Amino acid sequence: MDTAKEDHDDKVFKALADSSRRALLDSLREKQGLSLSDLCEGHDMSRQAVTKHLVLLEAANLVVTRKKGREKLHYLNPVPINEIYTRWIGRFEAGRLMALDNLKKALEGDNNE
Amino acid sequence: MNNTEFVYTTYIKSTPDKVWQAITNPEFATQYWVNKNISDWKKGSEWKHVSPDGSQTMVTGKVLESNPPKRLVLTWAAPDDLADVSQVSFDIEMVGGLVKLDVVHNQFKQGSTMPGKISKGWPLVLCSLKSLLETGKAIDIVAVKGPCGADGDKSAAA
Repeated sequence: MDTAKEDHDDKVFKALADSSRRALLDSLREKQGLSLSDLCEGHDMSRQAVTKHLVLLEAANLVVTRKKGREKLHYLNPVPINEIYTRWIGRFEAGRLMALDNLKKALEGDNNE
Repeated sequence: MNNTEFVYTTYIKSTPDKVWQAITNPEFATQYWVNKNISDWKKGSEWKHVSPDGSQTMVTGKVLESNPPKRLVLTWAAPDDLADVSQVSFDIEMVGGLVKLDVVHNQFKQGSTMPGKISKGWPLVLCSLKSLLETGKAIDIVAVKGPCGADGDKSAAA
């Protein structure tokens, strides 16, 4: 077993194991390149709490940042999630799972939004 | 110009030279990207992303910056819609014993259809690249469509 890889995967799963952090990722999926202030606005969390969550998300490489002038902008980096996906989903299952996912979304769609 | 910007970061147990080769060497690219990139990779030259047999061009553009093995900047457009041009940069550096590869795709035109086409492709391509360099085995990106459809496929609908 590759220890460094497992350590990294631990970080990814720990980072994802929190609804506030998943909500921050949702915000970044909606709109890439948000500042800390932008992220605080959409969530019922203190600035310190958002900062703390972002540190964990960055350590897991789920969020990456870029400097734009004086601002630090945050981006969702889906590469580690893709690694999880390809690790357990085989080549022939992908299409069927997508079909199931679409069916689930279609059936639940009315209640969702 | 619109503000949409995709930033992808991958840490790969490899060397900057190998990562550079993986992007620019056609034989290397076909192993994990299916398609390959053709150019002399000199500033100002054209580059193309073509099917394995070279008969079909999926993406075309110019090399804006080429500093092997550190930085490559390309323009990016579909050959049937050259006005819808965007920009892709690859930055390669060593961080803590690993290669950090940053891919930034931005500078999309207003109303560009490109973000929908590429936003699912890049994570898969980068994941496959990492897998090939670290384990010698790429991901079958044609087969693994699902939520991470291959570059340029119907995932535009997502």
